[in-house]
Amino acid sequence: MTRAATENARGVVVGRRPARVRLLWFGIAVAVVALLAFASVVIGSRDVSIADVVAAIGGSVDNTSEAAVAKRLPRTVLALVVGLALGLAGAVMQGVTRNPLADPGILGVNMGASLAIVVGIAWFGLSTATGYLWVATVGAGVAAVFVYAIGSLGRGGATPLKLALAGAATSAALASFVTAISLPRGDISGTVRSWLIGGVGGAGWTSIGQMAPFLAVGVLVSLLSARRLNSLALGDELATGLGERVAVTRAVAALGAVLLCGAATAIAGPIAFVGLVVPHACRLLVGVDHRWLLPFSGVVGAGLVVASDVLGRIVARPGEVDVGIITAILGAPVFIAIVRRRKVSSL
Amino acid sequence: MTATAPSLDAVIASVSRSKAVRARRRVVVISILAVLIMAVAAISLMIGNTVYSVTDVARVVLGQDVDGASFTVGRLRLPRMVLAIVVGLSFGIAGVTFQTMLRNPLASPDIIGISAGASAAAAFAIVVLGLSGTAVSVFAITAGLLVTLVIYVLSHQAGSAGTRLILIGIGIAAMLEAATQYVLSQAGQWELQAVLRWLTGSLNGASWEQTLPALIALLVLGPVLLSRRHDLDAMRLGEDAASALGVRIERTRLVVVIAAVGLIAFATAATGPIAFVAFLAGPIAARIVGPHGSLLVPAALVGALLVLSGDVVGQNVLNLRYPVGIVTGVLGAPYLVYLIIRTNRSGESL
Amino acid sequence: MTTAHALTATDLTVGYGDTTIISDLDLDLVAGAITVIVGPNACGKSTLLRSMSRLLPPRSGQVVLDGRSIHGMPAKELARTLGLLPQSPIAPEGITVADLVGRGRHPHQGMFTRWSRADDVAVAEALIATDTADLADRAVDELSGGQRQRVWIAMALAQDTDILLLDEPTTFLDVSHQVEVLDLLTDLNRRRGTTIVIVLHDLNLAVRYADHLVAMRDGEVYASGSPETILTPELIESVFGISAAVITDPTSGKPLMLPIGRHHMVDRGGPDAADGPAGHPASD
Repeated sequence: MTRAATENARGVVVGRRPARVRLLWFGIAVAVVALLAFASVVIGSRDVSIADVVAAIGGSVDNTSEAAVAKRLPRTVLALVVGLALGLAGAVMQGVTRNPLADPGILGVNMGASLAIVVGIAWFGLSTATGYLWVATVGAGVAAVFVYAIGSLGRGGATPLKLALAGAATSAALASFVTAISLPRGDISGTVRSWLIGGVGGAGWTSIGQMAPFLAVGVLVSLLSARRLNSLALGDELATGLGERVAVTRAVAALGAVLLCGAATAIAGPIAFVGLVVPHACRLLVGVDHRWLLPFSGVVGAGLVVASDVLGRIVARPGEVDVGIITAILGAPVFIAIVRRRKVSSL
Repeated sequence: MTATAPSLDAVIASVSRSKAVRARRRVVVISILAVLIMAVAAISLMIGNTVYSVTDVARVVLGQDVDGASFTVGRLRLPRMVLAIVVGLSFGIAGVTFQTMLRNPLASPDIIGISAGASAAAAFAIVVLGLSGTAVSVFAITAGLLVTLVIYVLSHQAGSAGTRLILIGIGIAAMLEAATQYVLSQAGQWELQAVLRWLTGSLNGASWEQTLPALIALLVLGPVLLSRRHDLDAMRLGEDAASALGVRIERTRLVVVIAAVGLIAFATAATGPIAFVAFLAGPIAARIVGPHGSLLVPAALVGALLVLSGDVVGQNVLNLRYPVGIVTGVLGAPYLVYLIIRTNRSGESL
Repeated sequence: MTTAHALTATDLTVGYGDTTIISDLDLDLVAGAITVIVGPNACGKSTLLRSMSRLLPPRSGQVVLDGRSIHGMPAKELARTLGLLPQSPIAPEGITVADLVGRGRHPHQGMFTRWSRADDVAVAEALIATDTADLADRAVDELSGGQRQRVWIAMALAQDTDILLLDEPTTFLDVSHQVEVLDLLTDLNRRRGTTIVIVLHDLNLAVRYADHLVAMRDGEVYASGSPETILTPELIESVFGISAAVITDPTSGKPLMLPIGRHHMVDRGGPDAADGPAGHPASD
């Protein structure tokens, strides 16, 4: 018995990915994201030289190329920040719900934010970016709690199937309210629709600045929950046995995730599937330890959104396809692959 | 075993008695639904901008000429009413078929991506290809069938495919909605009106030319579904048990899916996806008929009633005219949420 | 009362996806007897049952009923001779006992034929045989686990087949209900002559109720025959990987398996003695 236990323990140690490998992956990921960010500044309807980029970063807007860069810089930063927020939020949500399909888009959180903003615009004269942030975050939070609550009713708790259905159904329900409110109001339906489509195109430093405090708190809360999420991964009962206050851990971590995706959604509109796909890819590379998984998901998420933004500018030249559409079209096949790979019993 | 086993005849008598009670309830419910549909249909012919009397309406329906009413009732309201009933029946029967087959009330075509496929294709056809009229419908029908095929193939693996089919449908729906959003962002103001009809579902501008294909689809495919109702009923016991009872699962599923999707696609081509009708008709029917026997007919009737009354409400009750899809969407949403709560509490059957 | 049917599997190979569960298996069912299939987890017991009832198509080989391959037979015709109660059938919400049992009549009805007197009789007989007649109007979801299992068996009885396969019908039942279910199946076998095949987890119950025992390991039939002749310590060792003593059950006269672990030995010589004081193993 004791001998077996030692062997098991040794097996676990051996099976763990060495820190070196993880660091390597982390380094590669950061480098790739930096490259993508650079590409995002350079690529566009007007190609610019590296000298222009350097000059523009220095604050110069002397020629059109530099001016183009000056416009692309906040856009790139916004894409990075939104991607970081969504990737991280997805990893936290999957940890909190122990559910591989948890994602702000699937769980109806985006639609919650949308409805809140539509109601705000239609009846409360909502127009400032800060107002959007608060309203979207509250809407996202309410929707998240609601979907999780109804998805976890009954036998078996929050199974992937029940959560996904609860999310899809709630989204459908919220969407019909959004349409009902915005359709007859010709004046606001344009605003609402452009927000619903989302994107990082209209980014400015001001909106990024307003989003920053939300993000900072969200990132901090999420990263600090990493160790607790590791205990939670063993199941509520075992986690409790290990001395974890399950409900508190869950609430705190979920708050972090909601802040992150609420803020990201408020500024960039609903962007689906980043939060779903990124943690899955990351788990393959750095394993299931949340202390690695969370930061890694943030970095990869940033890379994915920047890459999608660049792709959206390339495929529809001289126009552009919004980043939320690109991520959905890239992300849905991954979602389907995940569903196909899992055993039916665990759905 | 207990000492005194009841006699065979006594058991037969008692079982038949409860059976007869249930059969009577079924007949009563179906008759009430039919009467309600006729009543709402009559109301829908009578009221509107100008209100006509019962006798005027009756004379128009019988083919006589009535001043003013002949055009308004005969040309505008009558096709609208018939179309409402036809698509309502189609959505209702197809929706409950999916729900029964996948043993999940949330597995209706509007949630698992079939309607989303038709909408996306229609939007694409209008905005990008610049099509209109019948061509758009053909596009939508083809897309609906194609999306179903893709979902079906992707979810088809050894063993039970029900839950997987639902989840893959949700994923596909998300992707298609993104595509629709993109098409919308490219649309001009004029095209937008045409596209929005395909997103919300509306009976505006209903004509006999629109009604006829949907009606033919209903007359052909409806009986196909009805002939499979016993197999569908057996499938509610789980695929293993149904197979043990002699149901050819794969074949039944294929026939039923094709027929149901055909109905959905033709109905959607006529009016756009009317939110939640396919989804709500089955559970509401189950509520009023009870869990026994096939739900196909009651659900079809409930579907017709929903569309018909949703349209009457949208046209007349508010000071603004709402398309029927908005009305059913807003009224259906709370029920949808209630239904998820109830379903999750009690396992996963209708 | 029933005619004897011959159900045999020859060279049967079955699997899911890329994995092969059963390879080249041969099995002759003894007509009119109760056959119990036992074996460790994942040895292919349920897979065998599923492929013998057409739920799973074989990769190669075939299952033959009275000289005809079951995969070529019309589904309803097969379902009138061969019934299966799967491991976790689903009761539609709110369905009553009588209605659920009536579902067993599905293979006896055509597309448009109505419910007949014969259907009524079959349902009533099934209700009486399983002692569920007084539950007939109750909803299945409000019954206890034991009652529910009896109702499912009643449904299988109403199907009125000469061969009945059951996949772990006693799982999730407490011991009294396990015995009740197995007694009921034995009644059925003795009264109607139905050929019964059961997959069971509990080896001792299997031995007690089996006329014919099939021990499976790694997708193959390791041994089959009457429990008295095949249940030996050697068989248990090689099929289940545990050393066991076999004694005669004073109640049934059948063999009884007593597993031997590493602790709690009356005499010296067990691992306890060899390893040093109990609770303080010498090795770390």
